Amino acid sequence: MIILEIILVFVMLVGAVAAGIFKDLLNAVIAAGFVSFIAAILFYFLHAPDVAMAEASIGAALTVAIFIIAIKKTKRFEEDD
Amino acid sequence: MIRKTISFILIIIIAAAVFFSLREIPFGTTKSRVREYYLDNGIKQTGATNIVTSVVVNYRGFDTLGEVTVLFLASIGLSAILYRKKEEKRKKRRKSSLILYTGCRFLFPLILLFGSYIFIHGHLTPGGGFQGGAIIASGFLLTMLGCWGWEGINRNRFKITESLSGLAFVVVGLLGLLYGGYFLFNYLPKGIPNQLFSAGIIPLVYIAIGFKVGSEIAGIINDMVRSG
Repeated sequence: MIILEIILVFVMLVGAVAAGIFKDLLNAVIAAGFVSFIAAILFYFLHAPDVAMAEASIGAALTVAIFIIAIKKTKRFEEDD
Repeated sequence: MIRKTISFILIIIIAAAVFFSLREIPFGTTKSRVREYYLDNGIKQTGATNIVTSVVVNYRGFDTLGEVTVLFLASIGLSAILYRKKEEKRKKRRKSSLILYTGCRFLFPLILLFGSYIFIHGHLTPGGGFQGGAIIASGFLLTMLGCWGWEGINRNRFKITESLSGLAFVVVGLLGLLYGGYFLFNYLPKGIPNQLFSAGIIPLVYIAIGFKVGSEIAGIINDMVRSG
């Protein structure tokens, strides 16, 4: 079980770094939602189902949806500075 | 390029600071006695079998009122920024296909039922007002994506539901002030633990929170969808 948790933490780290690197904001938002999803699984493994439900519904679903609506109404690609 | 390097070095320094300051704290050991107190006396004092709920609504009920107020302010601020008196004509959207439309209409009541189940049973099973409200808001998101199109719903309905449920929370708390001498006093009978009608005012407060959080988040999505 502990091995699985360690693997999940590293996958989460990869997702977080990817969310910062992507120039395509849609990909970045999906990577951030993926981080929330893994966090929800980890909360469940750590015996906190209350927090896991909140994280899965708000972090992985609603926040991603709000960001996607915002991207749809603004710009999709980040510009180089 | 140089900006990125500097920010990367700063992040490394902050991460090292957090790591070395938190390394000494032994996680998972019994350091605080308040946790033991909640676990030993929670069910006896509040009647709720979910200790998290008894802490959130009963022991720390005033903090929860503050949290709900923060969400309320966020929702009001977003509406104030995105509000437009005259709705401009938007392009006619393509209607969703029959399968999508029927599927959304079939799933929407089930999602509402599941969310209500979560916040009504908040004192018995994991979950509560915040989680149930978020699930209900995701149901509204589904209908906005699938069957009502991007037109959205009249925003006043969300605001009215939100205000009434917030008022219900405060009124329940103030009745506690009247009967027991302090805000959010648990004045209803505690009942038998593990039954639906138990734990005094906790289910009432959680139902109010569920409606409030659901209408707030659904209102935020609705404002985003309708604007511009």
